[in-house]
Amino acid sequence: MEDPLARTVRLEGARILATLVRTVGDLGIAEDAVQEATITAMREWPVSGVPESPRAWLTVVARRKATDLVRREGLRGRKEREATQLLDQTAPEPPEPVGAVGSDDQLRLIFVCCHPTLAPEARVALALRTLCGLEVPEVAAALLTSEAAMAKRLTRSRQKIKQAGIRYRVPAEAELPARLAAVCGVLHGLYTAGHTRLDGATLLDVDLCDEAVRLARLLRDLLPGRPGPEALLALLLLTEARRPARIDPDGAPVLLAAQDRGRWDRAAIDEGLHLLATSLERTEGQADPYQLQAAIAAVHALAPTAEATDWPEIVRLYDLLISVQPASTPAALGRAVAVAEAYGAPAGLAALDALDAQAPDPHDHRRTAIRAELLARTGRLAEAAATMRRSLDGPLPDPERAHRLRRVAEWETAEDRP
Amino acid sequence: MLYAALIYTPDLDFAEPEIAKEWLPQYAAFRSEADEHVVGGKALAQTATATTVRVLGARGGEVVVSDGPYAETKEALTGFYLLECEDLDEAVALAAKIPGAWHGAIEVRPVADFSAVQSLLTSE
Repeated sequence: MEDPLARTVRLEGARILATLVRTVGDLGIAEDAVQEATITAMREWPVSGVPESPRAWLTVVARRKATDLVRREGLRGRKEREATQLLDQTAPEPPEPVGAVGSDDQLRLIFVCCHPTLAPEARVALALRTLCGLEVPEVAAALLTSEAAMAKRLTRSRQKIKQAGIRYRVPAEAELPARLAAVCGVLHGLYTAGHTRLDGATLLDVDLCDEAVRLARLLRDLLPGRPGPEALLALLLLTEARRPARIDPDGAPVLLAAQDRGRWDRAAIDEGLHLLATSLERTEGQADPYQLQAAIAAVHALAPTAEATDWPEIVRLYDLLISVQPASTPAALGRAVAVAEAYGAPAGLAALDALDAQAPDPHDHRRTAIRAELLARTGRLAEAAATMRRSLDGPLPDPERAHRLRRVAEWETAEDRP
Repeated sequence: MLYAALIYTPDLDFAEPEIAKEWLPQYAAFRSEADEHVVGGKALAQTATATTVRVLGARGGEVVVSDGPYAETKEALTGFYLLECEDLDEAVALAAKIPGAWHGAIEVRPVADFSAVQSLLTSE
């Protein structure tokens, strides 16, 4: 489990990277400088205490490191003079580049990183890793791939950037649409990483969620009238609206059925519903994955009580989602849960069996935990408890682990009663 | 950086008057537009003229010669340029102006960089 100090350093480091790239004009040097600054922070902060403004501290140190790196690497000719000049501590900050990508450093850099000469999935992965400060397992989880495959993909992409001479520069307005899909993918991945943490003391990372929503809003404003950013923002808002009810005061997860719907953020829901409707109008009913996921979130948002949820409609939407994203395991899992709600636990279990036959993955702890819940509903409590225990093998956020252990205890106690 | 722009199009015989008339002025126009970037380049004769040579095992092994290009594909390597460019973006932008790009496709590849192994090359 990552120590909170390390996490602060890592996330703040990712945030200052965006500004530093603008100063240095070279992603590689900026990355190295930020890395050295974070190493220094990890060495000094435990002794000196965390500075009042971690970001300012890291910025100053990273700028100094970048100056050293530029000199050491001896960039040739004009570039070197420019770079060292830019990094001169007494020199004024370089002017904000005026251009299509707007004034937000982070969003601009995500566009820069989503370079069309990289494979689409590599663009998203690199941006999440480099710009958003996610760890390789988090990137792998957000993009539904294994850690080993993700590490390999990142290495290959970095090699191509270096060897093929891909230079990161701010794209012109005409180049933005070609990069839009990847940028949406990055923001969705960022939100997922915040919304569904893999381990640690808390279920979610509020900062990551907030940052993803902020950037999604900026993106919608930057390229108005496009269905993609509207659907993405709708999805994030409709999901985010439930956040206040998702966790109880002790940090434990609250299942959807038990959530106090009065605590859902009505303003976010209204905005999300409106965005979704506008987005769907633009595509004339041809729905993309963000629209469909937002539509599923909208069905929940519109149900006054858990019992009033239109589960058959949710199953139908998942079917559509799977038809456009056939390989998505989360979609298949969501569908199995919806099938169980609409047509009973045995039907849900059958859907899980079908998923296992099609795409077996014994390490998918969510799938195992869902199976356990459905087994319990059919009264097979001993089997449910054993299955739930199997779902605890890998890393999990502490509150989620505690929740599952409580379920195991409930089922085992019920089993023992004569 | 130096890039190779490998031109893959339907197999062409530039000596055919019809083909020459259609394509040569277009390539000439590219050549003059991109002049400052073009370090070298040639059109290749038809794949029917190609011979593929391979030596089995190791150096000195059996020489196997066969008629035809290395790979029989619908689109063939019909020419190439060597382009000196600032970065991949510039190379891609130039490649989009090569007539083969709308007749087939251009593969843009940087030439290999030996700077990391320079010492091995000079010590021999």
